[in-house]
Amino acid sequence: MSNQSKKILLDPLIDNNPIGLQILGVCSALAVTTNLGTALVMSLALTSVTAFSNLSISMIRNHVPSAIRIIVQMTIIASLVIVVDQVLKAYVYDLSKQLSVFVGLIITNCIVMGRAEAFAMKNPPGLSFLDGIGNGLGYSLVLLFVGTFRELFGSGKLFGVEILATVNEGGWYVPNGLMLLPPSAFFIIGLMIWGIRAWRPAQVEAPDFKIKEVNGTEAL
Amino acid sequence: MPNENQPKSGGSMNFLALSNDSTAKTFIMATLVCLVCAVFVSVSAVALKPLQILNKELDKKKNVLQVAGLYQEGDDIEEAFSKIDIKLIDLSTGEYTTEYEAATYDERKAAKDPALNVQIPKAKDVGSIRRRPKVMPVYQVKEAGVVKQLILPINGYGLWSTLYGFIALESDGQTIVGLSFYEHAETPGLGGEVDNPKWKKMWAGKKVYSAEGDVGIKVIKGTVVPGAKGEEYQVDGLAGATLTSRGVSNMLEYWMGEEGYQKYLTKIQANGV
Repeated sequence: MSNQSKKILLDPLIDNNPIGLQILGVCSALAVTTNLGTALVMSLALTSVTAFSNLSISMIRNHVPSAIRIIVQMTIIASLVIVVDQVLKAYVYDLSKQLSVFVGLIITNCIVMGRAEAFAMKNPPGLSFLDGIGNGLGYSLVLLFVGTFRELFGSGKLFGVEILATVNEGGWYVPNGLMLLPPSAFFIIGLMIWGIRAWRPAQVEAPDFKIKEVNGTEAL
Repeated sequence: MPNENQPKSGGSMNFLALSNDSTAKTFIMATLVCLVCAVFVSVSAVALKPLQILNKELDKKKNVLQVAGLYQEGDDIEEAFSKIDIKLIDLSTGEYTTEYEAATYDERKAAKDPALNVQIPKAKDVGSIRRRPKVMPVYQVKEAGVVKQLILPINGYGLWSTLYGFIALESDGQTIVGLSFYEHAETPGLGGEVDNPKWKKMWAGKKVYSAEGDVGIKVIKGTVVPGAKGEEYQVDGLAGATLTSRGVSNMLEYWMGEEGYQKYLTKIQANGV
Protein backbone atom coordinates (compact mmCIF):
# COMPACT_ATOMS: atom_id res chain seq x y z
CA MET A 1 0.00 0.00 0.00
CA SER A 2 1.43 3.35 -0.94
CA ASN A 3 2.23 5.86 1.74
CA GLN A 4 -0.53 8.18 0.71
CA SER A 5 -3.32 5.64 0.88
CA LYS A 6 -2.00 4.32 4.16
CA LYS A 7 -2.13 7.83 5.56
CA ILE A 8 -5.67 8.33 4.28
CA LEU A 9 -6.80 5.07 5.81
CA LEU A 10 -5.10 5.37 9.20
CA ASP A 11 -5.13 9.10 9.87
CA PRO A 12 -8.80 9.25 10.91
CA LEU A 13 -8.24 6.61 13.60
CA ILE A 14 -6.48 8.88 16.09
CA ASP A 15 -4.80 11.86 14.45
CA ASN A 16 -7.84 13.08 12.61
CA ASN A 17 -10.63 11.20 14.33
CA PRO A 18 -14.05 12.38 13.11
CA ILE A 19 -15.50 12.35 16.63
CA GLY A 20 -12.32 13.11 18.60
CA LEU A 21 -10.92 15.96 16.55
CA GLN A 22 -13.69 17.11 14.27
CA ILE A 23 -16.47 16.51 16.84
CA LEU A 24 -18.83 15.17 14.16
CA GLY A 25 -21.40 12.41 14.50
CA VAL A 26 -21.64 12.73 18.27
CA CYS A 27 -25.43 12.40 18.30
CA SER A 28 -25.51 8.76 17.28
CA ALA A 29 -22.49 8.02 19.46
CA LEU A 30 -24.66 8.94 22.44
CA ALA A 31 -27.65 6.96 21.36
CA VAL A 32 -26.42 3.57 20.27
CA THR A 33 -23.61 2.87 22.73
CA THR A 34 -25.57 1.39 25.64
CA ASN A 35 -24.32 -2.00 24.53
CA LEU A 36 -21.56 -3.22 22.27
CA GLY A 37 -23.80 -5.21 19.94
CA THR A 38 -25.71 -2.17 18.69
CA ALA A 39 -22.52 -0.09 18.66
CA LEU A 40 -20.82 -2.64 16.43
CA VAL A 41 -23.71 -2.92 13.96
CA MET A 42 -24.03 0.85 13.83
CA SER A 43 -20.28 1.12 13.17
CA LEU A 44 -20.45 -1.37 10.32
CA ALA A 45 -23.48 0.40 8.87
CA LEU A 46 -21.85 3.80 8.99
CA THR A 47 -18.51 2.57 7.67
CA SER A 48 -20.11 0.91 4.65
CA VAL A 49 -22.30 3.93 3.93
CA THR A 50 -19.37 6.35 4.16
CA ALA A 51 -17.15 4.15 2.01
CA PHE A 52 -19.67 3.54 -0.75
CA SER A 53 -21.06 7.07 -0.77
CA ASN A 54 -17.49 8.38 -1.10
CA LEU A 55 -16.81 5.91 -3.91
CA SER A 56 -19.96 6.71 -5.88
CA ILE A 57 -19.72 10.44 -5.41
CA SER A 58 -16.07 10.43 -6.40
CA MET A 59 -16.90 8.53 -9.59
CA ILE A 60 -19.27 11.22 -10.80
CA ARG A 61 -17.47 14.15 -9.17
CA ASN A 62 -16.39 15.73 -12.47
CA HIS A 63 -19.94 15.82 -13.79
CA VAL A 64 -21.85 17.07 -10.78
CA PRO A 65 -23.23 20.57 -11.43
CA SER A 66 -22.13 22.67 -8.49
CA ALA A 67 -25.60 24.18 -8.08
CA ILE A 68 -27.10 20.84 -7.10
CA ARG A 69 -24.10 19.02 -5.71
CA ILE A 70 -25.38 18.78 -2.13
CA ILE A 71 -28.68 17.36 -3.37
CA VAL A 72 -26.86 14.83 -5.53
CA GLN A 73 -24.74 13.78 -2.56
CA MET A 74 -27.76 13.52 -0.30
CA THR A 75 -29.66 11.42 -2.84
CA ILE A 76 -26.81 8.95 -3.07
CA ILE A 77 -26.25 8.83 0.69
CA ALA A 78 -29.96 8.46 1.39
CA SER A 79 -30.27 5.58 -1.08
CA LEU A 80 -27.34 3.76 0.50
CA VAL A 81 -28.76 4.26 3.98
CA ILE A 82 -32.16 2.91 2.96
CA VAL A 83 -30.50 -0.15 1.49
CA VAL A 84 -28.40 -0.71 4.62
CA ASP A 85 -31.52 -0.37 6.75
CA GLN A 86 -33.34 -2.92 4.59
CA VAL A 87 -30.43 -5.36 4.80
CA LEU A 88 -30.30 -5.06 8.59
CA LYS A 89 -34.04 -5.64 8.84
CA ALA A 90 -33.68 -8.73 6.71
CA TYR A 91 -30.63 -10.30 8.33
CA VAL A 92 -30.21 -9.00 11.90
CA TYR A 93 -33.78 -8.19 12.82
CA ASP A 94 -33.28 -8.05 16.60
CA LEU A 95 -30.45 -5.57 16.42
CA SER A 96 -32.17 -3.45 13.82
CA LYS A 97 -35.12 -3.19 16.19
CA GLN A 98 -32.81 -1.84 18.89
CA LEU A 99 -31.16 0.62 16.52
CA SER A 100 -34.61 1.77 15.37
CA VAL A 101 -34.38 5.23 13.86
CA PHE A 102 -30.64 5.65 14.23
CA VAL A 103 -29.77 3.73 11.08
CA GLY A 104 -32.08 6.03 9.15
CA LEU A 105 -30.40 8.99 10.79
CA ILE A 106 -27.05 8.06 9.24
CA ILE A 107 -28.35 10.20 6.38
CA THR A 108 -27.90 13.26 8.52
CA ASN A 109 -24.63 12.08 10.09
CA CYS A 110 -22.15 14.86 9.53
CA ILE A 111 -19.30 12.41 8.96
CA VAL A 112 -20.85 11.00 5.77
CA MET A 113 -21.78 14.39 4.36
CA GLY A 114 -18.50 15.91 5.51
CA ARG A 115 -16.35 13.30 3.78
CA ALA A 116 -18.41 13.45 0.61
CA GLU A 117 -18.10 17.19 0.32
CA ALA A 118 -14.56 17.60 1.65
CA PHE A 119 -12.84 14.58 0.15
CA ALA A 120 -14.81 12.63 -2.43
CA MET A 121 -15.62 15.69 -4.55
CA LYS A 122 -11.90 16.33 -5.09
CA ASN A 123 -10.20 12.92 -5.11
CA PRO A 124 -10.25 9.79 -7.29
CA PRO A 125 -12.56 6.89 -6.39
CA GLY A 126 -9.94 4.54 -4.91
CA LEU A 127 -8.63 7.07 -2.42
CA SER A 128 -12.14 8.27 -1.62
CA PHE A 129 -13.20 4.73 -0.82
CA LEU A 130 -10.23 4.33 1.55
CA ASP A 131 -11.01 7.68 3.13
CA GLY A 132 -14.57 6.50 3.76
CA ILE A 133 -13.37 3.27 5.34
CA GLY A 134 -10.81 5.15 7.45
CA ASN A 135 -13.31 7.66 8.78
CA GLY A 136 -15.84 4.90 9.38
CA LEU A 137 -13.23 3.03 11.39
CA GLY A 138 -12.35 6.15 13.35
CA TYR A 139 -16.03 6.50 14.25
CA SER A 140 -16.25 2.79 15.06
CA LEU A 141 -13.26 2.98 17.36
CA VAL A 142 -14.89 5.68 19.47
CA LEU A 143 -18.25 3.90 19.48
CA LEU A 144 -16.74 0.65 20.65
CA PHE A 145 -14.61 2.45 23.25
CA VAL A 146 -17.66 4.23 24.68
CA GLY A 147 -19.81 1.10 24.34
CA THR A 148 -17.34 -1.00 26.30
CA PHE A 149 -17.48 1.37 29.28
CA ARG A 150 -21.21 1.82 29.17
CA GLU A 151 -22.12 -1.83 28.84
CA LEU A 152 -19.57 -3.03 31.37
CA PHE A 153 -20.41 -0.52 34.09
CA GLY A 154 -24.08 -0.04 33.19
CA SER A 155 -25.13 -3.66 32.96
CA GLY A 156 -22.07 -5.67 33.92
CA LYS A 157 -21.81 -7.30 30.50
CA LEU A 158 -19.78 -7.19 27.32
CA PHE A 159 -21.53 -8.23 24.11
CA GLY A 160 -24.34 -9.54 26.33
CA VAL A 161 -22.00 -11.92 28.17
CA GLU A 162 -21.95 -11.42 31.91
CA ILE A 163 -18.64 -10.13 33.25
CA LEU A 164 -19.66 -8.54 36.54
CA ALA A 165 -22.55 -10.38 38.22
CA THR A 166 -25.16 -7.71 38.96
CA VAL A 167 -27.26 -7.46 42.09
CA ASN A 168 -30.47 -7.99 40.09
CA GLU A 169 -29.20 -11.38 39.00
CA GLY A 170 -28.07 -12.27 42.50
CA GLY A 171 -24.44 -11.09 42.18
CA TRP A 172 -22.45 -8.37 43.91
CA TYR A 173 -22.17 -5.57 41.35
CA VAL A 174 -24.51 -2.59 41.66
CA PRO A 175 -24.86 -1.30 38.08
CA ASN A 176 -24.28 2.37 37.48
CA GLY A 177 -27.61 3.51 36.04
CA LEU A 178 -26.11 6.72 34.66
CA MET A 179 -24.04 4.65 32.23
CA LEU A 180 -27.25 3.53 30.55
CA LEU A 181 -28.43 7.09 29.96
CA PRO A 182 -27.16 9.22 27.07
CA PRO A 183 -25.38 11.86 29.22
CA SER A 184 -22.80 9.29 30.31
CA ALA A 185 -21.59 9.06 26.71
CA PHE A 186 -20.97 12.82 26.82
CA PHE A 187 -18.73 12.38 29.84
CA ILE A 188 -16.87 9.44 28.35
CA ILE A 189 -16.35 11.14 24.99
CA GLY A 190 -15.28 14.33 26.78
CA LEU A 191 -12.74 12.48 28.90
CA MET A 192 -11.55 10.57 25.86
CA ILE A 193 -10.96 13.78 23.88
CA TRP A 194 -9.13 15.22 26.87
CA GLY A 195 -6.95 12.10 26.92
CA ILE A 196 -6.21 12.23 23.21
CA ARG A 197 -5.32 15.91 23.33
CA ALA A 198 -3.09 15.45 26.33
CA TRP A 199 -1.28 12.73 24.38
CA ARG A 200 -1.28 14.66 21.08
CA PRO A 201 -1.07 18.33 22.02
CA ALA A 202 -1.11 19.26 18.33
CA GLN A 203 -4.88 18.62 18.38
CA VAL A 204 -5.53 21.35 20.92
CA GLU A 205 -7.29 24.30 19.30
CA ALA A 206 -6.26 27.87 19.91
CA PRO A 207 -8.76 29.50 22.25
CA ASP A 208 -11.33 31.75 20.59
CA PHE A 209 -11.21 34.24 23.43
CA LYS A 210 -8.57 35.00 25.96
CA ILE A 211 -9.12 36.52 29.32
CA LYS A 212 -6.73 39.44 29.52
CA GLU A 213 -5.51 40.86 32.74
CA VAL A 214 -6.27 44.53 33.01
CA ASN A 215 -5.34 47.13 35.56
CA GLY A 216 -7.99 49.02 37.42
CA THR A 217 -7.07 52.25 35.70
CA GLU A 218 -7.23 50.73 32.24
CA ALA A 219 -10.73 49.38 32.80
CA LEU A 220 -11.99 52.88 33.42
CA MET B 1 -23.08 -1.97 -6.10
CA PRO B 2 -21.73 1.56 -6.33
CA ASN B 3 -20.96 1.19 -9.99
CA GLU B 4 -24.57 1.98 -10.69
CA ASN B 5 -23.82 5.55 -9.86
CA GLN B 6 -21.20 5.84 -12.53
CA PRO B 7 -21.95 8.37 -15.21
CA LYS B 8 -23.58 6.91 -18.25
CA SER B 9 -21.00 7.48 -20.92
CA GLY B 10 -21.31 7.47 -24.66
CA GLY B 11 -24.66 6.80 -26.28
CA SER B 12 -26.48 9.17 -28.51
CA MET B 13 -26.47 11.97 -25.96
CA ASN B 14 -23.06 13.44 -25.55
CA PHE B 15 -24.10 15.47 -22.54
CA LEU B 16 -20.85 14.77 -20.70
CA ALA B 17 -19.18 17.33 -22.91
CA LEU B 18 -21.61 20.01 -21.76
CA SER B 19 -20.48 22.54 -19.23
CA ASN B 20 -21.20 21.33 -15.71
CA ASP B 21 -23.18 24.41 -14.88
CA SER B 22 -25.40 24.50 -17.92
CA THR B 23 -29.11 24.11 -17.23
CA ALA B 24 -29.34 21.13 -19.54
CA LYS B 25 -26.63 19.21 -17.75
CA THR B 26 -28.06 20.06 -14.36
CA PHE B 27 -31.39 18.58 -15.37
CA ILE B 28 -29.85 15.54 -17.01
CA MET B 29 -27.60 14.79 -14.03
CA ALA B 30 -30.45 15.24 -11.55
CA THR B 31 -32.66 12.90 -13.53
CA LEU B 32 -29.95 10.29 -13.95
CA VAL B 33 -28.90 10.25 -10.32
CA CYS B 34 -32.52 9.99 -9.23
CA LEU B 35 -33.25 7.19 -11.67
CA VAL B 36 -30.23 5.12 -10.73
CA CYS B 37 -30.82 5.60 -7.00
CA ALA B 38 -34.52 4.84 -7.34
CA VAL B 39 -33.83 1.59 -9.16
CA PHE B 40 -31.16 0.64 -6.64
CA VAL B 41 -33.44 1.28 -3.65
CA SER B 42 -36.52 -0.38 -5.11
CA VAL B 43 -34.64 -3.49 -6.21
CA SER B 44 -33.18 -4.01 -2.75
CA ALA B 45 -36.47 -3.25 -1.01
CA VAL B 46 -38.42 -5.69 -3.17
CA ALA B 47 -35.75 -8.38 -3.00
CA LEU B 48 -35.48 -8.27 0.80
CA LYS B 49 -39.19 -7.95 1.52
CA PRO B 50 -39.94 -11.67 1.94
CA LEU B 51 -37.11 -12.08 4.47
CA GLN B 52 -38.27 -9.06 6.43
CA ILE B 53 -41.87 -10.27 6.63
CA LEU B 54 -40.63 -13.66 7.78
CA ASN B 55 -38.52 -12.00 10.49
CA LYS B 56 -41.47 -9.99 11.74
CA GLU B 57 -43.67 -13.06 11.99
CA LEU B 58 -40.96 -15.08 13.71
CA ASP B 59 -40.35 -12.24 16.15
CA LYS B 60 -44.00 -12.11 17.13
CA LYS B 61 -44.22 -15.88 17.46
CA LYS B 62 -41.13 -15.85 19.63
CA ASN B 63 -42.72 -13.29 21.93
CA VAL B 64 -45.86 -15.37 22.26
CA LEU B 65 -43.81 -18.47 23.04
CA GLN B 66 -41.68 -16.62 25.57
CA VAL B 67 -44.62 -15.41 27.61
CA ALA B 68 -46.03 -18.94 27.63
CA GLY B 69 -42.66 -20.19 28.85
CA LEU B 70 -42.28 -22.44 25.82
CA TYR B 71 -39.18 -20.93 24.30
CA GLN B 72 -35.52 -21.38 25.07
CA GLU B 73 -32.80 -19.62 23.09
CA GLY B 74 -32.03 -21.74 20.05
CA ASP B 75 -35.36 -23.57 19.81
CA ASP B 76 -37.04 -23.94 16.48
CA ILE B 77 -39.72 -21.28 16.65
CA GLU B 78 -41.99 -22.76 13.99
CA GLU B 79 -41.97 -26.15 15.65
CA ALA B 80 -42.69 -24.80 19.11
CA PHE B 81 -45.42 -22.61 17.67
CA SER B 82 -47.23 -25.56 16.13
CA LYS B 83 -48.73 -26.18 19.58
CA ILE B 84 -50.50 -22.87 19.39
CA ASP B 85 -53.85 -22.10 17.79
CA ILE B 86 -54.69 -18.54 16.86
CA LYS B 87 -58.31 -17.47 17.11
CA LEU B 88 -59.91 -14.07 16.76
CA ILE B 89 -62.36 -12.64 19.25
CA ASP B 90 -64.85 -9.87 18.75
CA LEU B 91 -64.33 -7.79 21.88
CA SER B 92 -67.84 -6.31 21.87
CA THR B 93 -69.47 -9.73 22.22
CA GLY B 94 -66.67 -11.92 23.50
CA GLU B 95 -67.41 -14.48 20.75
CA TYR B 96 -64.97 -15.98 18.30
CA THR B 97 -65.13 -14.49 14.85
CA THR B 98 -63.91 -15.75 11.52
CA GLU B 99 -64.35 -12.44 9.76
CA TYR B 100 -60.60 -12.15 9.16
CA GLU B 101 -57.81 -14.61 8.51
CA ALA B 102 -56.44 -15.41 11.99
CA ALA B 103 -52.94 -16.33 10.87
CA THR B 104 -52.30 -13.03 9.15
CA TYR B 105 -54.40 -10.69 11.31
CA ASP B 106 -52.31 -7.86 12.68
CA GLU B 107 -53.93 -6.17 15.66
CA ARG B 108 -51.40 -3.35 15.66
CA LYS B 109 -52.23 -2.46 12.10
CA ALA B 110 -55.93 -2.72 12.96
CA ALA B 111 -55.43 -0.27 15.81
CA LYS B 112 -54.44 2.32 13.19
CA ASP B 113 -57.16 1.54 10.65
CA PRO B 114 -60.36 3.49 11.38
CA ALA B 115 -62.42 0.77 9.67
CA LEU B 116 -61.13 -1.88 12.05
CA ASN B 117 -60.99 -0.05 15.35
CA VAL B 118 -63.16 1.96 17.70
CA GLN B 119 -62.47 5.14 19.58
CA ILE B 120 -62.33 4.51 23.31
CA PRO B 121 -64.44 6.99 25.30
CA LYS B 122 -62.13 9.25 27.35
CA ALA B 123 -63.63 8.21 30.68
CA LYS B 124 -62.96 4.53 30.00
CA ASP B 125 -59.53 4.94 28.49
CA VAL B 126 -57.52 4.10 31.61
CA GLY B 127 -54.60 2.80 29.61
CA SER B 128 -54.34 5.90 27.36
CA ILE B 129 -54.71 3.72 24.28
CA ARG B 130 -57.19 6.01 22.45
CA ARG B 131 -58.24 3.50 19.78
CA ARG B 132 -58.53 -0.22 20.07
CA PRO B 133 -59.15 -2.85 17.41
CA LYS B 134 -62.65 -4.35 17.31
CA VAL B 135 -61.15 -7.80 16.96
CA MET B 136 -58.18 -9.17 18.92
CA PRO B 137 -56.36 -12.47 18.54
CA VAL B 138 -56.05 -15.03 21.29
CA TYR B 139 -53.26 -17.60 21.19
CA GLN B 140 -54.36 -20.92 22.65
CA VAL B 141 -51.58 -23.21 23.80
CA LYS B 142 -52.67 -26.82 23.45
CA GLU B 143 -51.32 -29.94 25.00
CA ALA B 144 -52.75 -33.24 23.74
CA GLY B 145 -55.68 -31.37 22.24
CA VAL B 146 -56.65 -29.60 25.46
CA VAL B 147 -56.21 -25.85 25.79
CA LYS B 148 -53.80 -25.12 28.64
CA GLN B 149 -53.10 -21.43 28.26
CA LEU B 150 -54.63 -18.35 26.71
CA ILE B 151 -52.25 -15.67 25.53
CA LEU B 152 -53.68 -12.22 24.99
CA PRO B 153 -51.95 -9.16 23.49
CA ILE B 154 -52.03 -6.01 25.62
CA ASN B 155 -50.67 -2.51 25.24
CA GLY B 156 -50.74 0.79 27.07
CA TYR B 157 -48.78 3.87 27.94
CA GLY B 158 -45.96 3.83 30.51
CA LEU B 159 -43.73 6.84 31.06
CA TRP B 160 -42.08 7.47 27.68
CA SER B 161 -43.66 4.98 25.40
CA THR B 162 -46.46 2.60 24.62
CA LEU B 163 -45.61 -0.83 25.96
CA TYR B 164 -46.62 -3.78 23.82
CA GLY B 165 -46.78 -7.22 25.33
CA PHE B 166 -48.73 -10.33 26.12
CA ILE B 167 -50.39 -11.76 29.18
CA ALA B 168 -50.70 -15.52 29.49
CA LEU B 169 -53.58 -16.97 31.51
CA GLU B 170 -54.40 -20.51 32.49
CA SER B 171 -57.45 -22.01 30.82
CA ASP B 172 -59.59 -20.91 33.78
CA GLY B 173 -59.29 -17.35 32.45
CA GLN B 174 -58.31 -16.18 35.91
CA THR B 175 -54.83 -17.34 36.92
CA ILE B 176 -51.84 -15.57 35.36
CA VAL B 177 -49.04 -17.65 33.91
CA GLY B 178 -46.85 -14.79 32.79
CA LEU B 179 -46.64 -11.25 31.50
CA SER B 180 -44.04 -9.93 29.15
CA PHE B 181 -43.39 -6.96 26.92
CA TYR B 182 -41.73 -7.18 23.56
CA GLU B 183 -41.59 -3.52 22.73
CA HIS B 184 -41.20 -0.44 24.86
CA ALA B 185 -38.86 2.51 25.34
CA GLU B 186 -38.94 2.92 29.12
CA THR B 187 -35.81 4.10 30.95
CA PRO B 188 -33.21 1.34 31.04
CA GLY B 189 -32.56 0.25 34.61
CA LEU B 190 -35.77 1.85 35.93
CA GLY B 191 -38.97 1.35 33.94
CA GLY B 192 -36.98 -0.89 31.61
CA GLU B 193 -36.92 -3.40 34.44
CA VAL B 194 -40.29 -4.64 33.14
CA ASP B 195 -37.99 -6.98 31.20
CA ASN B 196 -36.29 -8.25 34.35
CA PRO B 197 -36.88 -12.02 34.57
CA LYS B 198 -37.13 -11.79 38.35
CA TRP B 199 -39.94 -9.29 38.17
CA LYS B 200 -41.71 -11.20 35.44
CA LYS B 201 -41.63 -14.33 37.57
CA MET B 202 -43.70 -12.58 40.26
CA TRP B 203 -46.73 -12.62 37.98
CA ALA B 204 -47.07 -16.38 37.87
CA GLY B 205 -49.99 -17.62 39.95
CA LYS B 206 -51.56 -14.19 40.52
CA LYS B 207 -55.31 -13.82 39.94
CA VAL B 208 -56.93 -11.34 37.57
CA TYR B 209 -60.52 -10.99 38.81
CA SER B 210 -61.63 -10.36 42.37
CA ALA B 211 -64.60 -12.20 43.91
CA GLU B 212 -66.88 -9.34 42.78
CA GLY B 213 -65.79 -9.84 39.20
CA ASP B 214 -63.76 -6.64 38.95
CA VAL B 215 -60.22 -6.46 37.69
CA GLY B 216 -58.25 -6.96 40.88
CA ILE B 217 -54.70 -7.36 39.60
CA LYS B 218 -52.48 -4.37 40.35
CA VAL B 219 -48.86 -3.37 40.48
CA ILE B 220 -48.57 -1.87 43.96
CA LYS B 221 -46.09 0.60 45.40
CA GLY B 222 -43.34 -1.22 47.26
CA THR B 223 -43.26 -4.91 48.01
CA VAL B 224 -46.11 -7.35 48.43
CA VAL B 225 -46.38 -8.61 52.03
CA PRO B 226 -46.75 -12.38 51.95
CA GLY B 227 -50.02 -13.47 53.52
CA ALA B 228 -51.54 -9.99 53.38
CA LYS B 229 -55.11 -9.51 52.27
CA GLY B 230 -55.45 -9.42 48.50
CA GLU B 231 -51.89 -10.66 48.06
CA GLU B 232 -52.92 -12.81 45.10
CA TYR B 233 -53.90 -9.66 43.19
CA GLN B 234 -50.71 -7.72 43.85
CA VAL B 235 -47.33 -7.54 42.21
CA ASP B 236 -44.30 -5.58 43.48
CA GLY B 237 -43.84 -2.13 42.00
CA LEU B 238 -40.69 -1.36 40.06
CA ALA B 239 -38.32 0.68 42.21
CA GLY B 240 -37.90 4.19 40.83
CA ALA B 241 -40.47 3.64 38.11
CA THR B 242 -43.79 4.72 39.56
CA LEU B 243 -45.22 5.83 36.24
CA THR B 244 -44.26 2.68 34.37
CA SER B 245 -45.69 0.55 37.20
CA ARG B 246 -48.89 2.56 37.12
CA GLY B 247 -48.98 2.18 33.34
CA VAL B 248 -48.82 -1.59 33.63
CA SER B 249 -51.65 -1.56 36.19
CA ASN B 250 -53.73 0.71 34.00
CA MET B 251 -53.30 -1.31 30.86
CA LEU B 252 -54.31 -4.48 32.69
CA GLU B 253 -57.33 -2.72 34.15
CA TYR B 254 -58.31 -1.73 30.64
CA TRP B 255 -57.59 -4.92 28.73
CA MET B 256 -58.90 -7.28 31.39
CA GLY B 257 -61.98 -5.10 31.89
CA GLU B 258 -65.35 -4.78 30.24
CA GLU B 259 -63.89 -2.94 27.22
CA GLY B 260 -61.22 -5.57 26.74
CA TYR B 261 -61.25 -9.30 27.18
CA GLN B 262 -63.62 -9.62 30.14
CA LYS B 263 -66.64 -10.72 28.10
CA TYR B 264 -64.59 -13.40 26.45
CA LEU B 265 -62.97 -14.55 29.67
CA THR B 266 -66.30 -14.65 31.55
CA LYS B 267 -67.60 -17.02 28.90
CA ILE B 268 -64.51 -19.18 29.31
CA GLN B 269 -64.94 -19.24 33.06
CA ALA B 270 -68.55 -20.36 32.67
CA ASN B 271 -68.29 -22.85 29.81
CA GLY B 272 -64.64 -23.78 29.54
CA VAL B 273 -62.61 -23.04 26.43
